[in-house]
Amino acid sequence: MNKPSKTDRALPWVLVTPALLWTLLFFVAPFVAMALLSLNYQAPDGLTISNYTQFFTNPSYYRAMTNSLEVTGLVTVISVLLAYPFAWILAEQVPPRLQRLALLLAILPFWTSYVVRSYSWLLVLAQNGVVNEALMRTGLFTEPLQLANTRTATVIGFVHFFVMLLTLTIFASLKQLNPSYRKAAADLGAGPVRTFIHIILPLTIPGVMVGAFLTFVLAIGDYITPQILGGNNELLMPQLIMLQIGRRGDFPLASALALILMAVVTIAYIACARWLKIERT
Amino acid sequence: MRGFIKLLSLGYALAIYGFIFLPVVVLVVFSLQSTAFPIPPFTGPSFRWYEAVLNDPRLTSALINSLAVAGISSAIAAALGFLSAWGFARFVLPGSAVMRGLITLPLTVSYLIIGMGLLVIFNAAGLPKSLLTAGIGHVVINLPLCFAIIYSQMGDHQINIERAARDLGATEWRVLLLITLPIMWPAIFASLFLSMTFSWDEFVISFLLTRFDTTLPVEIWNLLRSGLNPKTNAVGSLVFAVSVVLAIILELILLRRRPA
Repeated sequence: MNKPSKTDRALPWVLVTPALLWTLLFFVAPFVAMALLSLNYQAPDGLTISNYTQFFTNPSYYRAMTNSLEVTGLVTVISVLLAYPFAWILAEQVPPRLQRLALLLAILPFWTSYVVRSYSWLLVLAQNGVVNEALMRTGLFTEPLQLANTRTATVIGFVHFFVMLLTLTIFASLKQLNPSYRKAAADLGAGPVRTFIHIILPLTIPGVMVGAFLTFVLAIGDYITPQILGGNNELLMPQLIMLQIGRRGDFPLASALALILMAVVTIAYIACARWLKIERT
Repeated sequence: MRGFIKLLSLGYALAIYGFIFLPVVVLVVFSLQSTAFPIPPFTGPSFRWYEAVLNDPRLTSALINSLAVAGISSAIAAALGFLSAWGFARFVLPGSAVMRGLITLPLTVSYLIIGMGLLVIFNAAGLPKSLLTAGIGHVVINLPLCFAIIYSQMGDHQINIERAARDLGATEWRVLLLITLPIMWPAIFASLFLSMTFSWDEFVISFLLTRFDTTLPVEIWNLLRSGLNPKTNAVGSLVFAVSVVLAIILELILLRRRPA
């Protein structure tokens, strides 16, 4: 083997530096700037944590956080409950050669843009939209339901997206199961229901947890769905942050709120990672 | 019992498919509405709203902006992602795990916060909002994705082929061009097209970082202020069509890689 020349030793650094530099410049530096800004470093009386104390003392601010947590929690639970049976059907009941097509169809609307998808739900849920039209026609309702601009609409919009995402992740974990587990359970006399409850469900729970965590993270940081579907009747955290940037131009407060939101996501991440570790041992 | 489960499964699957496709079908059907409101009863079919979209210079220029930003930002993200993945997979670097962690870190942060941070530093640097600043943001969100995809696909048998080429006297740059790039192209294209769809659909970063010239999702957002409008349906259906084409290309690339 040749002795590495000087250019050979420099090569790996030439390869990795551009990506590292980009990340430092446009991801790490903005974070540091936001952190400094949230502490009012430009104010005459030095660093303060007033933006953070504001969050805990002003009810309309922490109310946005509790709203966000409630909506996100609800969305995560409903999405998992709807997606699991669906993924199970795709993995177990659909003939193998059709599975790929069935899955592809199930996640096709996944590719519509956020804005368009939320707008489409607005069409569906509008005062004289398709759902109300159908409900009135059944004769069970005489007046259209108020669906748009409510928390229900936000939850429906989110669930729609995350059912697709979770179907994908749960389908993958069902497919990864070794088929011999199922055969062994059947040989030992377990029926399909017992096999599912004692073998399949416990083995796919880690996959479900990862999907649920992803749902939580993506939903709690999303601005579009609550803004378009929920309106301004109640604010979620991303809406509150955007309000500070847009209408009030209060970047220090917006930075503090963004960092608080990130802290919540980080706590959820640590909880999820720890839970998965316990589960594995 | 078995037949009952089959029937129940079929009913449930159809209900979920119905739920998943309901908004898309409503969007597309009422884009063909001939009257001014995209609500029942259906009065079409008519293509007048598609004509209105194509004759709206704001929308068509936003469409071109979106394509340009998606194309250029995903090319940069894939290039940086490939080079760094190659560097980390082939060479032993001090602190490699920390640096790899750093590159993938933006994946865990919401787009809103990334966009806001960029807005803060661009403001401080006096850089005006533009398609350029939005494009920089799109590279930030797509670079970790490209890196992770390509890095995960760099396996041992590829190292052996590269080693063989080196033993036969190829320089590093020739190994890169003649061996590594051709072997890695499925992963590179997959990451490129995935980045393109994400950039094409991205809203909040573009919303925060552009001003006059903007991307299509932001322009659609502006249209929403006028309430429900079949023109929004028409442009939404077009955006959906482009995304589906990108998704199908991605699927074909992934499928073709399978047998190899």
